[in-house]
Parts: sequence; structure tokens; C-alpha cells
Amino acid sequence: MFKLSSLLFKSKSKSKNALTIIRTFNNLQPCNASTHANSRVPISRNFCTAPERDSIEYDVVIVGAGPAGLSAAIRLKQLCRENDTDLSVCVLEKGSEVGAHILSGNVFEPRALDELLPQWKQQEAPISTPVSSDKFWFLTKNRAISLPSPFDNKGNYVISLSQLVRWMGAKAEELGVEIYPGFAASEILYDSDNKVIGIGTNDMGISKDGSKKETFQRGVEVKGQITLLSEGCRGSLSEQIMKKYNLREKGGAEHQTYALGIKEVWEIDEEKHQPGAVLHTLGWPLDHKTYGGSFLYHMKDRQISLGLVVALNYQNPFMNPYEEFQKFKHHPAIKPFLEGGTVIQYGARTLNEGGFQSVPYPVFPGGAIVGCSAGFLNVPKIKGTHTAMKSGMLAAEAAFGVFNEGLDMNTYWDALRNSWIWEELYKSRNYRPAFKYGLIPGLALSGLEHYILKGRHPITLKHGKPDHEATNAAELHSPIHYPKPDGVFSFDVPTSLHRFCNINSLLLLNVEN
Amino acid sequence: MKIMVTVKRVIDYAVKIRVKPDKTGVVTQNVKMSMNPFCEIALEEALRIRESGLASEVVAVSMGPSQCVDTLRTGLAMGADRGIHVEANDSMYPLFVAKILKKLVEIEKPGLLILGKQAIDDDCNQTGQMVAGLLNWPQGTFASKVVLDKEKQVATVDREVDDGIETLCLNLPAVITTDLRLNQPRYATLPNIMKAKSKPIKKFTPKELNVDIKPDLEIVEVTEPPKRKSGVLVSSVDELIEKLKHEANVI
Repeated sequence: MFKLSSLLFKSKSKSKNALTIIRTFNNLQPCNASTHANSRVPISRNFCTAPERDSIEYDVVIVGAGPAGLSAAIRLKQLCRENDTDLSVCVLEKGSEVGAHILSGNVFEPRALDELLPQWKQQEAPISTPVSSDKFWFLTKNRAISLPSPFDNKGNYVISLSQLVRWMGAKAEELGVEIYPGFAASEILYDSDNKVIGIGTNDMGISKDGSKKETFQRGVEVKGQITLLSEGCRGSLSEQIMKKYNLREKGGAEHQTYALGIKEVWEIDEEKHQPGAVLHTLGWPLDHKTYGGSFLYHMKDRQISLGLVVALNYQNPFMNPYEEFQKFKHHPAIKPFLEGGTVIQYGARTLNEGGFQSVPYPVFPGGAIVGCSAGFLNVPKIKGTHTAMKSGMLAAEAAFGVFNEGLDMNTYWDALRNSWIWEELYKSRNYRPAFKYGLIPGLALSGLEHYILKGRHPITLKHGKPDHEATNAAELHSPIHYPKPDGVFSFDVPTSLHRFCNINSLLLLNVEN
Repeated sequence: MKIMVTVKRVIDYAVKIRVKPDKTGVVTQNVKMSMNPFCEIALEEALRIRESGLASEVVAVSMGPSQCVDTLRTGLAMGADRGIHVEANDSMYPLFVAKILKKLVEIEKPGLLILGKQAIDDDCNQTGQMVAGLLNWPQGTFASKVVLDKEKQVATVDREVDDGIETLCLNLPAVITTDLRLNQPRYATLPNIMKAKSKPIKKFTPKELNVDIKPDLEIVEVTEPPKRKSGVLVSSVDELIEKLKHEANVI
């Protein structure tokens, strides 16, 4: 049977004043199927006679091993070393390994990484393909019109963000951060004062009808003095927290707006491959009322990543972003890259487009929100990694201040507003909202902002309707006929899902086809 | 009684395999690796035997590069008591694994050696049988049920064979290789993963064990299977026979 046991661990830190971290494992009662009150509950599982969960305590608990979460973890341990002290830091990651659920273009601006790990090159970070060319095309059905590139990617690199995150995970572990992949934080834990004291991981081994399988394992409680949520765009716990503590109102923020990015990685012909080449397009296949565009980046090893990003406030309910992406690959200017190549991977992820206007107050009792869960993506630059990482670093510095000097987490909000994240987001605040007037007015206003105004004026445009309210009734539009996939350049959904590199996320998706 | 279980680090079963352009093997860089599913089943069976009181200790063994320690830690998190890592950077062919296992068995003296029936990367299905031969121990392969009798020191093993199920009675010590239907491996819980960090892993090299692992096999080429050709509709039985005779050459 299970015994009550309490174990004392000495911290792994090399510092002189090592803290003693007490972890207590509470009594775990075995649970029979007969005590399970309702075995037919589909989604919310309320085991009213649920056994007690094991409880583990840390100083800081970070939810999500992405760029923001890992930057926060690394920064915390760096501050500990600089100050001859130690804090126990635990990062929980729902993916089966660090990097498994990371999906991004990605043209990487190393600004935050230079601050966090200035020796990244010597430490062999997987950042080796500098941007070699930057093209911008306006596509019509049959043509590609070259436009001056609005981006300045000098000093940036074309990378695989999941590889970079994997490398960051290894660096974090070297510093003593504990990372546990394969465990999703599924609920927030509160104390009697409604302060967040940690998270609970999901129960495992539950069958489709909600009953327990032979391999059932109860989740555990992972408690922290400070909890940082770095779940990425529209994180489930972050959304709950923002609602509970009214963080949007508190920060004077508008609603968040989103886009869906659909991406494939191809291995192409040697002659067609230009490492570091960056291409963005506007226009076809999207219409003038739909914001979005495509990207095509050449990485190393003859691999390219290409994709389509569609803002989710599109009006036509018949529009299917996945099919638009398949259509896009057939464009006469794009297809040649893919001829003779093979698809390696497929994936999709939402991203934030709300920018400055949608940043909520990111601090709550017991913790803070970092990265895309709050929403620091710079829309005209189409980059969010560097700002996510910087926000993680600032949150870590604020958290360290709490432990070391008795300050409170609100210093994170102050630090954010004094940082280059704020400068960038403020400067680029009007690009996306300008497109609510349509593609041409949007381009015109963006041009004005980019070349002349540069955000140096008091006007801040508001967003249009929230995405879900922007969808028109079906009767106002006609169905779109999408061509059948040819199996060479375009594919049907099941084939693409089969390429989706991690099966675990398939189980989290609601796939109906 | 001690139980020794082998665990192999292989490409995760869910990964879509690609052949390297130079055809010397498959792409393993940046690819997810995990414990061989049959080894998980083997470890689960060992843990169940220990939990029923018929064994005192479960030792997990893995052979290969330094990353095998991760696989061992997963095994320790599932519940194994100790780990042994035999560090070797060359390909681990079944005969070498069997020879090394023989040496480890001589050191550890387990009463039962449980392996997965095969690894999902090479599908050899040879190691268990070879090590039983080298040790001159009885073997129960493709086990779908294992029942131990401590008094009589025998293991009754149900084997999945082509004709159905064969039941063997093996005198201990014995070698058992596990098949899919034997059990459902448990999840490693977060507290167990944390506890596993402090469990001991002993390191060996093949040289220390006096085993020569110079390869006697050479992989000549690895290619993708031919793409599946679409079927052909025939309009009559005569046409079918015609095609079977002259195109498919099967009658």
C-alpha cells in the first residue's frame, strides 16, 4: 500500500548557501472503479471521490517550454548564480519532448538571445543560416509583381524554432532547471485568498467515455510561490486567468485578434535552394477583404519552410484557410520551387495579431503571463520570438526581485513598458488595424506609417470587430470551389495530418473529416 | 530473485521515417527517440512480478551512446530499481548485445531475463534467442502471458505462435521475450520521474566486459519501399486470367 513519506532534497546548486527544498508526497489512496460516481462524463471529469493528489513544491513554476518560458527559466538561474543564491525552477511542457509543439516560420531576430546567452554562437545554437535575400511579391492568379520589401532582415537568421527551443531546453537543464515534458498543466490551483499557488497536471489513462483505464494515473499538483504562464497564443490557463482577474480591462486592452498559420517543410532540389532566401507575398489567393499572406524561407540542408497566414476575421464562412494554402502552392511563381521536392512535415498554429492595443495587464496574484499568451508579436515585422523571449527575461527579473528583495511582480509590468518590446509594439501599432478598411487602404496607411510617420503621432487605431463576430452569414456569400488535391503539390487533410510530426497533439485536436 | 530487463533506445514509433539521401540509413538527427515499445512491455512485466512479491529487484540495461541514459531514466521512472548502461558508439547488432548480456548476467546473476521480442528499428527478433543460446537457458519467446511459480522455480509462458497459443513450462533461470498482448505499460508519473534522478546507473564498456564488438555485418544500402501502384479494374473474368497469366506471371 502507499505510505505517507516526506523527502528532503538538497538543491543542486553550486552556490555556498544552498537552499533546502522540502518536497512532501501526500497520501495517495487507491481508487476503484466502483467509487467513481459518474463514468459517462465526457469532457469535464468530476471524480467526486477522487483520491488526493501528490503535491510537489518549487519556488517558480513555468507552464510551457517555449521561447518565453525557457528564457524566463534561464534568466532566473543566471540571476541566482550572479547573486550566490538558488531558486528551484520547474518547467512543465505538454509536448512529448521540448520543441515538439513549437511551430513558427521562422526568421529570427537574435536581439533577445544576444542579451540572454551572448555566447550562443560558440555554444553551437542551431542558428547558422543568415538571411541572404528578402523578396516581397504581390500575387495575382497568374503573376507575381515584385514590390519593395518592407522588412529589414539584416542580421537575422532563417531557423527552425523547434530546434532552437530544444537547444535552449538543454541550456536550461545545464543551469539546473527541471523540465518535464509530457505533462500538461490542466488546471490552476488557488488558495483561500484566490491567489494562484500553482497548477495541476492532467490525469492520464482515461478512456473515451471518461472512465479510468487499467493504466490510470492521477495528475499531480505542482505548486510554486510564483507561477509563470508561457503557453503560447491563446493558452488555455492564461485565458482563464485573464478572465478571472479581468486583466484586459485592468490593462486598458482591446480584445485579442488572431491569425491561423499553416506551414509545410519541404526538401527541394539542390539547384532551386538558396539558403537564407526570404520571400513574403500578399494578395492571391486571399481576397482584398481578407488579411494575410504567405512566406517561403530557405533553411539549410535543402529544406524550405513555406506557409500561409490568414487573419481569422475573414468574412466569408466558406473560406477554408487550409484549402487556400493548398491552392497557393500551385501558383506559377511558387510551384517551381516545389517541383522535384518532397514534403517532410506539416503543421498549423494560431498567432496573435492584436499587438500593442491587445496586451493585457500581465500580472496576477501569484504570477504573471509571458510570451504569446499575453501577446507581444510585432505584426508588421511578423516576428514574435524575440519579444516573447525578452518578456520571459523581464518576468524572471521581476520574480527574482520578489524572492531576493521582497518586491512584487508588478515590477514586471513597469519593466515591460520601459523595454524595447514596448517601443517596437508602440511603433507598429497601426499597421494591422489599418487593414480593417480593406487591402488597398491598409497598404496605403501601412506605407505611410512605415516610410513617414513611423508611429510618431498620438493616433492609435482600434481593432475592428472581434474575429468571431466578423464572420458573415452564409447567405451573403457563395461557396468557394476548391480544386481536388493532386497528391504531389497539394494534399488532403488526412494526408497532412499524418505528417503532423507529433501524434500527441493529434489527440488534443478535435479532428472531424 | 533479481530480474534483468533490456531496454533499447529507438526512433519513436509515431515518427515518419525518412531514408537519408546517401542511402546509408534513416534520418536520426533531430528525430524523437523513445524506449522500444516491446521493451516497455518487458519492463512492465518485470515490475508486476516484483510487485507480486516474486522478485526483489528489477535492473534495467541499455546499450549504446550516452543518450541511452535518458531511456534508462524513463525505465527507472516506471519503477526499475537500478540501471546499467553499456556505452558503445557502434551499431549494436543482436549477437554483440547477446554476448554483452551474457557477461552482465554472469555479474548480476538474475533469475529471469526479460527482453522485448524485437526492436522496432531493425525488427531483428534475434537477441533474446541468441542470449538464451549463449547462456544455455530455456527460452519462452513471443510471450503473451507469464506466470511464475517460486516454489517449483518455473515460469509458465503462453507463446503467440502462427497456429495459436503454445504453453511452455521453463525452469528458472530463463529468458522471456515479450509480445504485444502481454500487458499495458504504466505511465511514468511526475513524482516517479523526479525520484528516478537519484537512482543509480552503473556504466560499463564492452572492453571492460571483454567482449569484442567488431561488426561482422555491413549495411549495404537502405531504400524506401516501392510506391504502391494503383490497382487496375478488369471488365471480365477472362481478362483477369489473361492478366494474371501474362502480366503478373502468377499462374
